[in-house]
Amino acid sequence: MRVPVSWLAEVTDVDPAASAEDVAAVLVRVGLEEEGISGGDVAGPVVVGRVLTAEPEPQKNGKTIRWCSVDVGEAEPRGIVCGAHNFGVGDLVVVSLPGAVLPGGFAIAARKTYGHVSDGMICSSAELGLGQDADGIIVLPELLGAAAEGARPGDDAKALLGLEDRVVEVNVTPDRGYCFSVRGLGREHAHGRQLDVATAFRDPVVGVAGPAGPGSRGVVLADERPVDGRPGARRVTARVVRGVDPGRPTPWWLRRRLVQAGVRPVSLAVDVTNYVMLLVGQPLHAYDAERLDGGLTVRRAREGERLTTLDGVERALHPEDLVIADGEDGARAVGLAGVMGGASTEVSSSTRDVVLEAAVFDPVSVARTARRHRLPSEASRRFERGVDDAMTAAASQLAVDLLVEHGGGTAEEGLTDVGAPAERPTIALPVGEPARLVGVDYAPERVRSLLEQVGCAVSGGPGAPDPTGGAAASDAWSVVPPSWRPDLLQAADLVEEVARLDGYDRIPSVLPRALPGTAGAGLGGLSPRRRAVRSLARALAEAGLVEVASYPFVAPERADALGLPEDDDRRRALRVANPLREEEPLLRTSLLATLVDVLRRNTGRGADDVALVELGSVVLPAADRAPAPRPGTAERPSAQEEAAVRAAVPHQPLHVAAVLAGARVPRGWEGKGRVVDARDAVELALLVGEVLGVSLEAVADPGRAPFHPGRCVALRVAEGSPAAGSLVGHAGELAPRAVSALELPARTVALELDLEVLLGELAGPPRAAAVSTYPVVKQDVALVVDAGVPARDVERALRRGAGPLLEDVRLVDVYVGEQVGEDRRSLAFSLRLRAHDRTLTAAEAAQVREAAVATAAQVTGAVLRGA
Amino acid sequence: MPDPTPEPAPNRDPDPVAVSPTDAEQVEAAVAEALSAVAAAGDLDELTAAARAHGGDRSPLSLANREIGALPGPAKAEAGRRMGQARRDVAEAVAERRAVLEAERDAAVLVTEAQDLTQPTSRRPRGARHPLGLLVEEVEDFFTGLGWTVLEGPEVEAEWFNFDALNFGPDHPARQMQDTFFVDPPEDGLVLRTHTSPVQARALLDHGAPLYVAVPGRVFRTDELDATHTPVFTQVEGLAVDEHLTMANLRGVLDAMAVAVLGEGTTTRLRPAFFPFTEPSAEMDVRCPVCAGTGEVAPGAARGAGAGAPSAAEEDASTRTEDPAGEGVPCRTCGSTGWIEWGGCGMVNPHVLRAAGVDPERYSGFAFGMGIERTLMFRNGVEDMRDMVEGDVRFSRQFGTEV
Ligand SMILES: [Zn+2]
Repeated sequence: MRVPVSWLAEVTDVDPAASAEDVAAVLVRVGLEEEGISGGDVAGPVVVGRVLTAEPEPQKNGKTIRWCSVDVGEAEPRGIVCGAHNFGVGDLVVVSLPGAVLPGGFAIAARKTYGHVSDGMICSSAELGLGQDADGIIVLPELLGAAAEGARPGDDAKALLGLEDRVVEVNVTPDRGYCFSVRGLGREHAHGRQLDVATAFRDPVVGVAGPAGPGSRGVVLADERPVDGRPGARRVTARVVRGVDPGRPTPWWLRRRLVQAGVRPVSLAVDVTNYVMLLVGQPLHAYDAERLDGGLTVRRAREGERLTTLDGVERALHPEDLVIADGEDGARAVGLAGVMGGASTEVSSSTRDVVLEAAVFDPVSVARTARRHRLPSEASRRFERGVDDAMTAAASQLAVDLLVEHGGGTAEEGLTDVGAPAERPTIALPVGEPARLVGVDYAPERVRSLLEQVGCAVSGGPGAPDPTGGAAASDAWSVVPPSWRPDLLQAADLVEEVARLDGYDRIPSVLPRALPGTAGAGLGGLSPRRRAVRSLARALAEAGLVEVASYPFVAPERADALGLPEDDDRRRALRVANPLREEEPLLRTSLLATLVDVLRRNTGRGADDVALVELGSVVLPAADRAPAPRPGTAERPSAQEEAAVRAAVPHQPLHVAAVLAGARVPRGWEGKGRVVDARDAVELALLVGEVLGVSLEAVADPGRAPFHPGRCVALRVAEGSPAAGSLVGHAGELAPRAVSALELPARTVALELDLEVLLGELAGPPRAAAVSTYPVVKQDVALVVDAGVPARDVERALRRGAGPLLEDVRLVDVYVGEQVGEDRRSLAFSLRLRAHDRTLTAAEAAQVREAAVATAAQVTGAVLRGA
Repeated sequence: MPDPTPEPAPNRDPDPVAVSPTDAEQVEAAVAEALSAVAAAGDLDELTAAARAHGGDRSPLSLANREIGALPGPAKAEAGRRMGQARRDVAEAVAERRAVLEAERDAAVLVTEAQDLTQPTSRRPRGARHPLGLLVEEVEDFFTGLGWTVLEGPEVEAEWFNFDALNFGPDHPARQMQDTFFVDPPEDGLVLRTHTSPVQARALLDHGAPLYVAVPGRVFRTDELDATHTPVFTQVEGLAVDEHLTMANLRGVLDAMAVAVLGEGTTTRLRPAFFPFTEPSAEMDVRCPVCAGTGEVAPGAARGAGAGAPSAAEEDASTRTEDPAGEGVPCRTCGSTGWIEWGGCGMVNPHVLRAAGVDPERYSGFAFGMGIERTLMFRNGVEDMRDMVEGDVRFSRQFGTEV
């Protein structure tokens, strides 16, 4: 809502010394956020001038300029070149003299043009920021009418035109519909200055009354399908003004205020309705009485009904849309109630008789219609937030008065007024409630007085005579909120009024002592899960990965680029109904699907060696998902309802994914570094398990997109955990086809793990075994196996065969070549043996080694190299 | 150090001159010759040779020593003492010289082994955390320090939790102002959560009152990505419900959080506002750390510099600059208002408590939400939101593992 400071000052006491910034600050204090301040951007000598001569001078370019001599109140007239022709000799105009600065920082200086020195500029409305219409030069008597009387050359035009007036724009929150008016902002401004509204605020509708008798145009409320039981129109009034002169312009000051408030002037009738709406917050609609067939009917739209609205758009109506109709039984829709009028009954340049409608429509009905037709309007904005239903007739009268005063004509001495204001709730406010919620000990008389400032009727409470003779009444006030505050419905709403009028800055700062562990993590603090995720993120960063957080939106084609099979579960993704980018409507089912884009962005910007990691959730909808129910909120939902809501939320496991490309160890003076390969991905995947205390094992997996079939492992929980064997994820090199489809660096490697399994297996505090201080015995063994036998199987067999005396085993050499035969390879392991209670003898060590080799031979067909 | 005035080259293979153990002069001469040979040894090899020649089994002194046994009584004792002394002198001289030569050798080795350790290496490249995650952790640590519990919730959320349970009526204008991403089909009642607040309802249903929880997480709104907006962003939510909690307690937590996250001397203010799930509601502002609340910075001052506790004069000064043409230039971080919007907050609306089965007459509570991206912008001088979104490694590497 934009309000000129001068207009605000008409309805409320504004400190005469206050700047627009001060006014905004006062409004901020009571909860109206400042959106901006504008206007007042004309500076320097801008004066009234009288045109003495205006000689036309045709130019080579076909234009005719005029070389004018203008009296600006100085000893000599000034010579000014002007291109416009809508003024003549003797006219009073506005002249910007050299040194003036116009809106947009346009500085005026004497300049040579068309063979003259132009010593200033004769101004148009647009040049002075007075409106969009560039229909020529301002001729002051035409613009100002009577207000121009007495203006003389040399007078300050800034004061005459109110160019120094500034406009404050505030954001109105949805609960404060009444602040979409100068009336509402005026009241709030008085609150912000802590002034008594009774003296500081002049309510524009107070004392305004319409005629008592019925009007000639009837109104029928015929809503057969109320939304949620509330009729679409609570109250509708109609007034008639006859014989308006269509040639009369809207007075300058009114147009000026519309422009300042951001509303485009149209015609007198329309401008008046908009002006009253801005002043008091009541949307009004003006019909051309001649084009309106009889009275008005308020009803829901009929099946298949169409309506062309004022913006020229023909709209198919929805049966829930509330319409205003005319004709027999409301045969023809002539407007979308509370949203926009229809073109068929629009006032035009020939309209003489006007029907003014002022009504109060149901907020929900209006909101849905505005949304359905994507037609948010000044009117719908106000109705959605609630309009004061006690001032309908008065607002209408304000418009009638303006129309009569500035358009001529006569108002019909009758008012059609159907429906009635809503019944006001009576809210019980316990005396201690403001202190209980705010923590400030407000005196009871202070609470009462603040609520009365807001406009509430307060009865009962401390010291009040109790009509029932009991004591209960003194513990609580009975509060009836004013008609313009339909948002005040419960005690807490009243407490906010008390707190904000008293000032939020009066609330002290008291750190509460929390009860620890209220949500089940021991004595409060981080859950083991959250701690584990932190450790993991830190470990991966220390392992050389840079953490990123990509958007979860993906294109359907991404599944193809990744090479996912048609029946892959990862193709079953949720779709966003209103995606930001039409081409990316799906929610990712894998982190790699979006992480690869980040890799490409980095390499595109010249990075050679990139290692990225992301920790984030993916969305895995069930194949047969049920809609989420929306139980009522008056009380806790039943266990069944709650379970159904929760069950409808899809599974969203936390994943970790990494992609690496380029060098793992960069090239330097020491050597050419080391290019990443699939083993880096596998090692990082195993590190994830290690950090989380759940050991993983890697098993070759040739069938997992987007990985290279020969360079991919599945990671499973190792033996010894209750979840042993559970699949956790995959690691390896990306398939060349995926790499080229995704335009990634060749040989990019990746991993993606579902952390939920691991986080579910978090062991408690690790148990420590005693550390043996007896000497270690080292044994090396080289085994020859078939090329297809995984090293992990051989190692596992060695471990099993060696038994508890084995402290560690490590693969120290892999040999392929003639000496071991075709399709065979030699794996050399180094075993470390140690007992916890004695020094091992050579014989014992040899025995262990033999047992280890024997098991390896039995399980994997290994033979001792050279044997 | 070697002797700077070298002796004449020693006789490396001297003819063993017979020495009689009873002839003191001969013994002394042999000792003197030995000592001189030891002293002349220039390195450990020469010393070993000299030690063998003068103290070895076939050296004159050893041979003479062997003759002692055949001597008569008194002469035997005297010769024994003489020879013992002689051989000790030689052995000591060898040991001393060996220590010197060994030290010289060790020092020389260290010189030849010297390396230029300023040649940079990158044998174990380090990565980096994303600063948003790090900042979230800082905020979490603040709350765990207060004894609060950290909770999480789903990003794709039931509309009921995201709106209904939080007192957003189905047609409430506030529901539109949230710019929600709906899951298709919208009738299924799933949205990308527009705030972390649905976890309030989940936590109240799960744990009831009393409750003290902080909820970090990613949230979604249909804003186009630009320098100051991102459709996917991070919030930290706080919720406390207990007997006797007031707005003063809310303010106490916010003030403490501002100090914990933004540093000593940071102050906050509350402005009346509107949120469906709180009543009374407030916007929370923090004093701009860039201009210290003055609304202007020195001309040409780097953004992000100049943070710190305001002086007493600045405390007293207006929070708004009226004179952009004065000494300073308007502060871009706070739009020269001196304050930065940090989040929304308020007392939990009784409707929300009731929908979660908590008695609003017995319990009261407060809730607040704060944007992490915005905080990172003014706390760490990040000028463009897109840097947090795009995942350029050069951005995160500036932070490493601390923010
Ligand atoms: Zn600032």
